[in-house]
Amino acid sequence: MTAKTLFEKVWERHVVVPETTETPAVLYIDLHLTHEVTSPQAFSVLRERGLKVRRPDRTLVTMDHSTPTDTAQVFGGAPIALESAARQIRQLETNCQEFGLELIGLRDGRRGIVHIIGPESGATQPGKTIVCGDSHTSTHGAFGALAFGIGTTEVGYVLATQCLLQRKPRTLAIEVDGRLAAGVSAKDLVLAIIGRIGVNGGTGHVIEYRGSAIEALSMDGRMTVCNMSIEAGARAGMVAPDDTTFTYLQGRPRVPQGEAWQRAVADWRGLTSDPGAAFDRTVSLDAAAVEPMITYGTNPGMVAPVSGRVPERPGDAVFARSLEYMGLAPGERLSDRAVQVVFVGSCTNARLSDLEVAARVLAGRRIAPGVRMLVVPGSQQIKRQAEELGYARVFIEAGAEWRESGCSMCLGMNGDTVPPGHYCLSTSNRNFEGRQGAGARTLLASPATAAASAVRGRVTDPREFLS
Amino acid sequence: MEPITHIRSRTVVLPSDNIDTDQIIPARFLTTTTREGLGAALFADWRYGPDGAPRSDFVLNRPEARGCAILVAGRNIGCGSSREHAPWALLDHGFRAVISTEIADIFRSNSLKNGLLPVVVDEATHRWLVANPGAEVEVDLPSATVRLPDGRAVPYPIESFARYCLMNGVDELGYLLSQADAIDAYERRLA
Repeated sequence: MTAKTLFEKVWERHVVVPETTETPAVLYIDLHLTHEVTSPQAFSVLRERGLKVRRPDRTLVTMDHSTPTDTAQVFGGAPIALESAARQIRQLETNCQEFGLELIGLRDGRRGIVHIIGPESGATQPGKTIVCGDSHTSTHGAFGALAFGIGTTEVGYVLATQCLLQRKPRTLAIEVDGRLAAGVSAKDLVLAIIGRIGVNGGTGHVIEYRGSAIEALSMDGRMTVCNMSIEAGARAGMVAPDDTTFTYLQGRPRVPQGEAWQRAVADWRGLTSDPGAAFDRTVSLDAAAVEPMITYGTNPGMVAPVSGRVPERPGDAVFARSLEYMGLAPGERLSDRAVQVVFVGSCTNARLSDLEVAARVLAGRRIAPGVRMLVVPGSQQIKRQAEELGYARVFIEAGAEWRESGCSMCLGMNGDTVPPGHYCLSTSNRNFEGRQGAGARTLLASPATAAASAVRGRVTDPREFLS
Repeated sequence: MEPITHIRSRTVVLPSDNIDTDQIIPARFLTTTTREGLGAALFADWRYGPDGAPRSDFVLNRPEARGCAILVAGRNIGCGSSREHAPWALLDHGFRAVISTEIADIFRSNSLKNGLLPVVVDEATHRWLVANPGAEVEVDLPSATVRLPDGRAVPYPIESFARYCLMNGVDELGYLLSQADAIDAYERRLA
């Protein structure tokens, strides 16, 4: 028998009709995550063609992108400030009613960012195919699922047929051995990986992250790494499931229980790349060499150590234009840069352990005068946990705003935006021009770096706060 | 969808690498629930000043860009978000093809499903196109080639089934629905 990669094993289990030279494979989708922004036009197509949702039981619907994070608007009866967002939310409610879908709605205690509540509820499981009209669907690959983002037309295909047409992608192994140093997180690691392979380094590929440094990561850390696979251009990122995965999942509402759980785990243990399985490409990194990282440009590949400087690339006009947008000069020290906004949140870094490390840095301290800090938990469940554990109190006493869950300032769709020209140290995933608001300047980093920088009011290496 | 065989047009050139979908259409325009009318938001932050007035130095605002259906862009156009609003906005503005040396996966897939041709050419051809904005070129679908003004036909890769759908004006949903028996059988095996 030929040795197979993890990806190949999951792919083969889901082929309904094999691919030929004329037609792509028909691939079965186990779990379809749906939200308010990329689904309305798909429901319209179903309506126009008189189609039903084939498997409502495999469709998990929530709202996160355009939802308010202001408590008064979510729970206090205040109107949603952004009328177009309110309309989009109402449209999703109507669509779910009409098509018989359960909706985890605005005031539901299970609501949150779609890529956070999938794992949190146990809907995300090893070996599944998972899609969503959102590029950060790659997050779920942390469980050994094949998970990738799709467009709205494909959202319609999955609603109607539970399948997609797919050509088999290539595979890229990213081997990370060694140990991450104290104060260096999964976010720093994935930023270092993107810096190494580039924002198009994964195009056409499914990444498998492997090696001792990946195995040592918690599920939260693995999700952070897989989440940003798309920032390297890859459709998906995967980590082989192991005891860390099973311990995380056991007992969650949507996982099998009792004997069925034992059978599931026995099956999942087979979901690893066989010894000698061939990848189309392999890239190796030493975890011990990774430092706290921060982006300085307008794509996530423009990244340097927090202790470093903006690189110099004479003659590169695109690079120069990017630095001009960012208001940074080649050779400038990054740790001197003043920040006006700090955002801890997003599907990359809004899980409980992210909030825990931010709270550890902020405990007994206050954020610098003139800095606005927004802490937006990834889900309502994480919000409750952070309140019980006292993290929320730390944030509030430090002078930060403690919000309801949602995508919030990662993309500013709900009105949580960064003013033009302001620097925002953000734990999110994209530093594109205007991503957090027209003219906003985003510096991507870890929750620890974000919290340390909020205290100082300028970009700060978190290690001095974590020792 | 209208069947597509070829697109003949002058080009508009945006030479930057890594033009992400947040540039093609910023997130604040995504609270729409339809796919119509997004052309006005295309490249909004590059195209308009803070006061909403068109920037005269942006290529799409120049008189010679009017009526151009082919966009030549730098490497890795369409990276980032999966928003299909990006090809919808490009199509609504009047573009029918995007030429680059590399096109991001999800954007390419979304473009094919809406009749916006994603065309990947070699470096030398791309350099020529970037150096000659406004050149009259033809993107031919049956032969999967780009015809340059000097008569050269440069091949580009396109997935065979997507090409079939585009040339016949059909979408993949009909094909997927026709596989219902196979999908039923697969689901019975799962149960």
